[in-house]
Parts: sequence; C-alpha cells; structure tokens
Amino acid sequence: MTSDLRDLYQEQILDHSRAPRNRRIPEGANRRAEGYNPLCGDKITVHLRVEGEVVKDVGFEGTGCAISTASASMMTESLKGKTLAEAEALFGRFHDLLTGKPAAKSASPELGKLAVFSGVREFPIRVKCATLAWHTVRAAFDQKPEPVTTE
Amino acid sequence: MSASGGQARAGLPISPPTAYDLDRIREEFPILKQSIHGKPLVYLDNAASTQKPRAVIGTLSRFYATEYANIHRGVHLLSELATAAYEAARGKVARFIGARDTREIVFVRGTTEGINLVAQTYGRSHVGPGDEVLLTAMEHHSNIVPWQLLCEEKDARIRVVPMSDAGELDLDAYDKLLGPRTRIVAVTHVSNALGTKNPIRLMVEMAHARGIPVLVDGAQAAAHSVVDVRELGCDFYAFSGHKVYGPSGVGALYGKLAHLEAMPPYQGGGEMIRRVSFEGTTYADPPQRFEAGTPSIAGAVGLGASIDYISNLGREAIAAHEQDLLEYAALRLGSMSGVQLIGTAREKAAVISFVIDGVHAHDVGTVLDHEGIAIRAGHHCAQPVMDRFGVPATARASFALYNTREEVDVLVRGIEKVQEMFA
Repeated sequence: MTSDLRDLYQEQILDHSRAPRNRRIPEGANRRAEGYNPLCGDKITVHLRVEGEVVKDVGFEGTGCAISTASASMMTESLKGKTLAEAEALFGRFHDLLTGKPAAKSASPELGKLAVFSGVREFPIRVKCATLAWHTVRAAFDQKPEPVTTE
Repeated sequence: MSASGGQARAGLPISPPTAYDLDRIREEFPILKQSIHGKPLVYLDNAASTQKPRAVIGTLSRFYATEYANIHRGVHLLSELATAAYEAARGKVARFIGARDTREIVFVRGTTEGINLVAQTYGRSHVGPGDEVLLTAMEHHSNIVPWQLLCEEKDARIRVVPMSDAGELDLDAYDKLLGPRTRIVAVTHVSNALGTKNPIRLMVEMAHARGIPVLVDGAQAAAHSVVDVRELGCDFYAFSGHKVYGPSGVGALYGKLAHLEAMPPYQGGGEMIRRVSFEGTTYADPPQRFEAGTPSIAGAVGLGASIDYISNLGREAIAAHEQDLLEYAALRLGSMSGVQLIGTAREKAAVISFVIDGVHAHDVGTVLDHEGIAIRAGHHCAQPVMDRFGVPATARASFALYNTREEVDVLVRGIEKVQEMFA
C-alpha cells in the first residue's frame, strides 16, 4: 500500500468504519436532518437531542464509504456536550483541515482525534465523503426540512 | 503491460484469439504507457469513455494543421476541404451502423443530445396528455430524464419494463406494457451498469406490430459489436464518439428518413435554415435541419478516423476478444469469496459490475486507483438500477479492445488488497 493511501485509511478511520459509534436514534431526539451525496448515492440521517444551546446526544443512521461512515461516527463522539456555536467552529476547523488551508497544515489542537482525517486532503474527490455528516448535522441545527446534499 | 504481457500470457490455459495482435494494438494507444501512482495503468473504465488511438490523435492534429475552416459556407478552398472531410465522416458513420442514406445521420454532441433531440422534436409532436413513453428498468439517466421533461410538459407518463435479478428485461411484461397510449419505446442496446445486451430486434418487432416506434441508446454497444440499424429495424439510434475511441463532444443520431423529414427543428440558428426573414423561416432538409450552429467539425472528422480504425481491426474480432475477457473476468471475479457480481444476463457485453462484502464501492475505487487500476465506482448514472439491486453503488470494470487477461489478473490482485485492507 502506498503511503498516502495509508494516510487516508488510518487505523482509527478503519476502526470507526467497521464499528461505527452512535449508530442509533438517541432517546428524546428532537432534531433530525437527512444528508445525501449525489456523487455516490450515500444517504445519512443525523438525530440530535439539543437542550438549550447544548448537544446532549447525537446519533446517525445510514451507510456509506469508510470515510463517510468513520466521519459520522467520530463526529457524533466529538459533538456530544458541545454548544451549537462550538460545533460550528469545530466544523470550520475540520473543513480547513480537509481542504488544506495553510493555517490548518498542522491540525489545530481543538480538532482532537478528528485530525486523523488530514490524509483526505490528498484526495479532493473524497472531501465530500468526510463532510457529509457535518453538513447534515448543521442542517439539523437549523431543522431544514429538505435533505441537504453535498453539491 | 505490453513489456511483460507476452511472458505472463504464456502461462494461461487458454490463449485469446491468435490473429488479434494485442501488443501491436496497445502500441497504438499512447496513454496506455502511463504510470499511475507508480504502477502501470490498467484502464478498465471503458464504459465511461475509451482511450484514443494514434489514428484519431493524428487525424485531429493533421486536420487542424492543414484542412480546417468552417463548413458549408465558405467559397474558399479550406472550407471546401473541411466540408468534404466532415461529410465524408457522415458517410463513414452511416456505413458503420448500416444506415441506407447519409441524410439519416445527424451529428450531435453525443448520445445524450441525440436522445434529447428526439424527445424534443419527435416526442413533442407525437406525445400528448395521457400518452405513455415506455422505458426500461436499466436505462441510463440520459434515457430517462429527457423523457421525464417531455412527459411533465405534455402531462404524459413514463412506463417502465421491469427486469429480472440477472438483469434481463421481462419481455412478457414488455408485451403487456406496449399499449394503445404508448407513443415511443426508448431502450438501451447494452446496459452501462450491468452489461446486459437487450434483444433489440425482437423488441422492435413487438413494438412495430403495434405501430410504435423505437429509439435505441447505443452508447455502450457501438464500439463493441456490429450494429446494423436496418437489421435491428429501430427508428432512432444514438451513440457517442468518445465511447468508440473517437473525440468527446461529437456523436451521431440515426433516424429513419421519413421520421427526420417530418420532424420540426431542434435548435434554431445558422446551418439549419433554407431562408430566413423576420416574417418567418423555412428550414433545411435533414440532416442539416438538426445541426444548428457550427458543429464539432474536427470531432466529426476524428470520429470518422476512429470508425476506420475499428473497422480495420474488425468488429467481429474485437467482439470476440472482449467476450474472451468477459468470460475470463467473470470466472476470476465470480470465484472470489466476498465478491458479488451484479448483472449476470446470458447475453452480456464486457462490463462487470461488482460489490465486495463490507466495502463501499468508493473505497474499492480509491484503493484500486493506487494499484494503477482505473474503474468506475458509483451509481453509473443509473440510480434506478442500483435501487433495483438494493445497493447504493457498485464497482464496475469495463473492457475494451486493448485490454488483456493480465489486466484482469491485476484487478483480481487489487481486489484481494481491498479485502485485506477492509477485512
């Protein structure tokens, strides 16, 4: 396997894709949104329990490629306990990491283990896989009735 | 591949047809010498687009360097030469698909535009409220959406011929769906997602027995088998240049002359008129009526060159070679554990759609790419087909005249790597 392929499919990503965390509808979920990537046909539904401005619980349903599944799984772990504003800021940093904005070349410490997605930068076509769950969760924050797409 | 090809081939139990000089053929396609991620390119995405032989590349270069001008209007020599080359290409297309008359060949951008042209001209003048357009469950989006646009406008409806789990059309259902309101049948010759070859001649006979015309989407068929529109009996046949080893941006629509003569124009502009005044315009005869504006002149000339190239190799020989690859690949991939073939029709073109247990097609595509193997991963612009088989996407290896059995072996090793990685 070539090195940038190993950078993309890091062990932690493969682990989350094989055994996704929080693939469930949280009890008392009060917000949801559907996401769709027309490029590959992947669909995801994100469910949230938001109290006040805080994400108390988050889960997802749906299947996709290793990158999108691992991203959804790790996103749910990262978002729990965050305020909506903190979640937005985290997505901004995550997106910068994926799209290779110079400032993000060394992953910002707030990203924590989401930094394992840095290898996606070398695979521009897969950025949408890594961001599908995040776009969807933002739609859930706004309670958008229509499915969001990555386009 | 060509350097090690001969050696590896010697060890195989059955050798491919001998008269077919694969090493020499591969020499004609410069791109096949590329390395991808440090590995020799194994190009198995031919259903998406085919690579170009020197004959086509050289023709484009020569045409632009020595003969190019706009066509059908200049009195100068270059315009005459370019017009002659463009019209000669029309003749080559006509002979390539067995059309009787060059007036039956309309140059278009590709199969998609050919289908849209028929939907917007023949369709708009024949389909009305309550009428039906009959499609099949294995159509590419380009043979679905143009008809949906038409049906929305006309308050008509789409009916769909179902298919079996093997990916074969249900002809009994087809027979029943051919009804008094059916105004046209639009069916693919070969399924891009499954490889199924449809029994077009029989389907045309059944439709014609009820006075219903048939359009055939020939995008996946034209380069891989002998196409004879008179034998098929179809009313319209569309194919793309870039899928027959020619340039992108050009293709051809065949239409029976009686249809084309009765059809209103598609787009308005230069070239398609007889006389224009602000009070009104009279239109040119077919095919010019449907070729508004400056067409892809060099594209058509390049398409002519690709047709010459294919014809010289012989389409029977090409088809035999590709059937050998299909059988070999189906055997190799079909015997891998954890690999499921999607589309197992008895009559197939050299397209293998597959899914690997527990691995998404996109991950398959990315890992194979790093082995130098180009395949398609996704829904193949045929989402209804994916829905039918209950998969979000498949990986698809599609073969062409220059592919080898060794490349199938490389694919098999690549799939094994995918399985190791995601196990």
